[in-house]
Amino acid sequence: MPSPRYWREIPARYRLEGGRCPACGKVTYPTRRVCPECRHEGMEAIALSRHGRVVTFTTIHVAPTEFQMEAPYPMAVVETPEGARLMVQVADCAPDDVKLGLEVALEFRRIQREGRSGILCYGHKAVPAR
Amino acid sequence: MAGIVGYGAFIPRNRIKSEEIARQWGKDPAAIKRGLMLQEKSVPGIDEDTITISVEAGRAAIERAGIDPQLIGALYIGSESHPYAVKPSGTVVAEALGIGTDVHVADFEFACKAGTEAMFVALSIVESGRAKFAMGIGADTSQGAPNDALEFSASAGGAAYVFGKDHLLVDVVDTYSFTSDTPDFWRREGEFYPRHGGRFTGEPAYFRHVTSATRAILERTGLKPADFRYAVFHMPNGKFPLAAGKELGFKKEQMETGWIVNTMGNTYSGSSPTGLAAVLDVAAPDDLILITSFGSGAASDSFVLRATELLPQRRDRAPTVRSMLDGPRRYLTYGEYAKYREKIIVND
Ligand SMILES: [Zn+2]
Repeated sequence: MPSPRYWREIPARYRLEGGRCPACGKVTYPTRRVCPECRHEGMEAIALSRHGRVVTFTTIHVAPTEFQMEAPYPMAVVETPEGARLMVQVADCAPDDVKLGLEVALEFRRIQREGRSGILCYGHKAVPAR
Repeated sequence: MAGIVGYGAFIPRNRIKSEEIARQWGKDPAAIKRGLMLQEKSVPGIDEDTITISVEAGRAAIERAGIDPQLIGALYIGSESHPYAVKPSGTVVAEALGIGTDVHVADFEFACKAGTEAMFVALSIVESGRAKFAMGIGADTSQGAPNDALEFSASAGGAAYVFGKDHLLVDVVDTYSFTSDTPDFWRREGEFYPRHGGRFTGEPAYFRHVTSATRAILERTGLKPADFRYAVFHMPNGKFPLAAGKELGFKKEQMETGWIVNTMGNTYSGSSPTGLAAVLDVAAPDDLILITSFGSGAASDSFVLRATELLPQRRDRAPTVRSMLDGPRRYLTYGEYAKYREKIIVND
């Protein structure tokens, strides 16, 4: 069955929509109802830049079933120029290629498939900047 | 007349060399490189498909157009590798591009011609006044059966074009289509790999349709081959487009910019549209450009285009085709390639 949560999260997953606090300027991804910095209620939608820098990373060797064909693969926390941080897979490179500060582009990729006959789930992955 | 207001292309970073495929099947790599003129081809990552390629190419086209994506009133995607059998690729792509819900969406297929078909219809929608802007995309992650000649060429990539009436990067001078019932290449419902009619694919299919469409559009526009700065013909391999162009009276210098098949492979619906994008990356104002696609089954679409003053000012807003072909690449072994293309049977 298609996951209602995946469908609800489409603006964040497909268009990297985050939230910006109109009171203090804090940017979060995905958006929140209450600003984690100043507790202001109601954040504005903001489209994040589709690039950023790796601030931390790890390598997944024992992957969940849907990702077994991709293991071992790097996961990284990427910070965009707006200051939002998102955890993404790093694609198109070997785990050893991922370093702190690596400049990455956020590209639209298929994240997983719901089995052989279920829906295809899309989102963003980091790739080393060309 | 309406024209192109934005364009963009996308080519995955993975590659496999012709030698590597030839070695797997005990074929002579020198014969492939000489005969088909193919050095290497692009391969989609395990997470790349027609939808992801269309989104990346579409984003580049919107950057170059400098328009609000919500003004795009029609989106057509031509491919023979739409990831869903039922559920259009365009639904995901429209959402990802921020086009919104106020849009007419359809997926097209016509073997390798589906991309120019999407462009043709997008152009017509704008000309008719039904939408201010319309996008046509040609993208594929084409499959060739293992140990088939197609395996050396079937590759991944695509290009997107936004059509509008003002601030044109490229004028569309004229279009023409030539279609017949020719059994050169097909895939029946439920079959995984396409079949081709061997020698049927050359003279009665590719050459007849490409040359007939091109001759007809030259006659309609009163132009001759020497009037064009660039010409792009569908690229099933390296040899066919150069031979067709020569037969029509075009010179190698007119064809080599858009002839990207030797390192990209045949991206099917994305082939001639990506070749055109490579031309737009370098064309000067007033250059005349010819593009003729070909799709098995069979048909060709021809477009006569003229670059405007605006084109050179907009092209730096997105990556060029050459930067993606010559930029960082990742070379795969046949084993990795077979895994990526899901040619290996594994348990659930
Ligand atoms: Zn705040």
